Amino acid sequence: MTEQAFFELRDVSKSFGGLSVVDRLTLHVDEGEIVSLIGPNGAGKTTVFNLVTGIYRPASGEIRFRGRNVAGLPPHKITQLGIARTFQTLRLFLNMSVKENVMAAAYGHTRSTMVEAVFRLPRARREEREIAELAEEKLAFFGPRLAGYRHDQQAYNLSYANRRRLEIARAMATNPSLLLLDEPAAGMNPAETHELTELIGRLRTDGGYTVLVIEHDMHVVEGISDRVIALDHGVKIAEGSFDEVATDDRVVEAYLGRQGPG
Amino acid sequence: MATGEDKPRVGVDDWVASVQDRREQRSGLAGLARRVDDVVPAWARLALFAVVAASLPLWMDRGDLFAYGIFTLVYVLLGLGLNVVVGYAGLLDLGYVALFGFGAYSYALLSSEHYGIHWPSAVSIPLVVVATALLGLLLGLPSRRLLGDYLAIVTLFFGQAFVVFVNAANPTVRGKGLTGGPNGIADIDPNDLFGYELTTRRQQYWFILAIVLLVLVGLHFLSESRTGRAWRALREDPLAAEAMSMPVNRLKLKAFALGAGIAGLTGCVFAAVLTAVTSGNFALPILITIYAIVVLGGIGSLTGVVVGAIVINVSFQFLAPENPQNNARILFYLVIVLLLMLSMRPLWRLAVVLAGTVAFGLAAHVLAEAISPSWTAGAVVEGGRFAGLISDWVIIPSGHDRFANGAYIALIVAILAVTRIRGVWRTLSLVPTVYLAAVVWETSFVEQPAVARWILFGALLVFLMTVRPQGLLGTPRVEIV
Repeated sequence: MTEQAFFELRDVSKSFGGLSVVDRLTLHVDEGEIVSLIGPNGAGKTTVFNLVTGIYRPASGEIRFRGRNVAGLPPHKITQLGIARTFQTLRLFLNMSVKENVMAAAYGHTRSTMVEAVFRLPRARREEREIAELAEEKLAFFGPRLAGYRHDQQAYNLSYANRRRLEIARAMATNPSLLLLDEPAAGMNPAETHELTELIGRLRTDGGYTVLVIEHDMHVVEGISDRVIALDHGVKIAEGSFDEVATDDRVVEAYLGRQGPG
Repeated sequence: MATGEDKPRVGVDDWVASVQDRREQRSGLAGLARRVDDVVPAWARLALFAVVAASLPLWMDRGDLFAYGIFTLVYVLLGLGLNVVVGYAGLLDLGYVALFGFGAYSYALLSSEHYGIHWPSAVSIPLVVVATALLGLLLGLPSRRLLGDYLAIVTLFFGQAFVVFVNAANPTVRGKGLTGGPNGIADIDPNDLFGYELTTRRQQYWFILAIVLLVLVGLHFLSESRTGRAWRALREDPLAAEAMSMPVNRLKLKAFALGAGIAGLTGCVFAAVLTAVTSGNFALPILITIYAIVVLGGIGSLTGVVVGAIVINVSFQFLAPENPQNNARILFYLVIVLLLMLSMRPLWRLAVVLAGTVAFGLAAHVLAEAISPSWTAGAVVEGGRFAGLISDWVIIPSGHDRFANGAYIALIVAILAVTRIRGVWRTLSLVPTVYLAAVVWETSFVEQPAVARWILFGALLVFLMTVRPQGLLGTPRVEIV
């Protein structure tokens, strides 16, 4: 492991009450990589995301992003530094339009003040234009799925799959360099899942994002990952290419249980 | 797949895209209001409001202009400030009215005979606005830790503490009670426009109208800015907003400060128009009224606040004790008929009930008179034009205290019964129930205008909020899908 990794966790631990959820976890993601985080339910994957984005504070350890320890910073600061996430449970701004959902996320990298907005001073007007363009650009990434009339629809009108797409678009609007996707394929049908696999690839090639993704669908994991990290009970049990991890005894055991005698 | 019809199938993209057209076809008054609201751009609405509101003094007399014009505008301003805190940021602030009071008292101290300080408005108003905004910021500090109900309790305490402080504490400053205790502060200077004092009702009205228009425009721009979007986002989901780079705590404080600033501004013009302030002006009923305005108009909607303020203040003044009692009577019967219209389908059933009620009343009246003339000998209270009609229809005995109480109890029993019965019997039992309501009104409520006023006001609110829970111009919010 290099000293100056793009993004890394060093000995990060977190427990709730007496239950250790993440235990001395060390992992790293290089710039431009797509890394998958897998593991059975309750393995601590989402907790890792919550630790990285500042929703939880790690009990110990460092979370380094571009050489800076971000552990303990408030979530909005971490996002402004360039780490954005989606939520497994979908936390869109339901009563705002699709476009507004994306526009709202531009808050962190815009600067005009309330006074400038009230009086429509030049900077506020220019930023408003830029935010609208940014939102359209990010939504265009999803092709016809989130195009045209959908921009003005309230987010609650969207289907489950489209809500997942909108979550990604919203995260993109914060101008991150590292995207954390929490089960982006959950609730999608096979065709949509396939489309998503391609999309995650495009996030790197066209968008230039580094991606850390939690996913249960092994077809997606196989299709996108440069590297796979498997967690169980908050401990890293395997790391490597998809094939290496998928055939690892401990991973198989974590998912299926120990093989009985005979 | 061709189905033989032009209509797109449910669920496909074309069908979803045509949601607008389907909405167009929505019927009824609510649908019409919604469509008009959708089509008319914000600037046109503002222009219409400005023109109509500015022409008000040209045909209204001074008293009406004060009661209907100036008070409505003051309520609009208060509603706009509260709308920032409650509507945009979704923070339940029950101390809001104290900030209004703080603004009014501060202006009174800076521009009145109380201490002999007479600063011009150009100095005192900005100073008061900034001071109130800072106080609002202070009041908002607990909002970083307290959510929902807990914030409401803390802010409510602040509101009550303000009233007690003004009334009872009244600390002595420069040899004089600071707030004047229960007597308040009198002889407050009128607002002035760079030295020109606004003393007539017309001038004051136009001055406040100009402020209202400026605040409306400013808030419209603000709600379409990054800050406005961030407020709405944090109202929807604070955690997601925080994760999407919005500093939620700072944004909450900003909302508190801006709302407070507007409340302080309103206090300045309010104190100047009244020329005197007492703590009673800033007590709980005012807070409830402002909330009613914001909720009734539709939380988060600027047009809604304006409409809500007009509806609430006009019905308030219409029912004012000094106005003829007939106003309340008209509204009472109107509410009954409207409620029946809304709940009765098909319409012939409504016609049957109305006609039945009239016939039932006439018959009951004849019967009562036949039994004993004293049963119908009571006088109609302030009947005005309707005195004859009412005395022929409603049973009003002379000396009717016990009869009135009996009728009141009978009405409650009848209402309970109606809610229990179904079908034709319900329709039939509505007839005596409505008649009993009229009897109770004419024998009890009409003699207690103050009570009747509040009951009617409450009934009006219940009625409007049942019909449109999202407020007159609000968008229905979807919480869980």
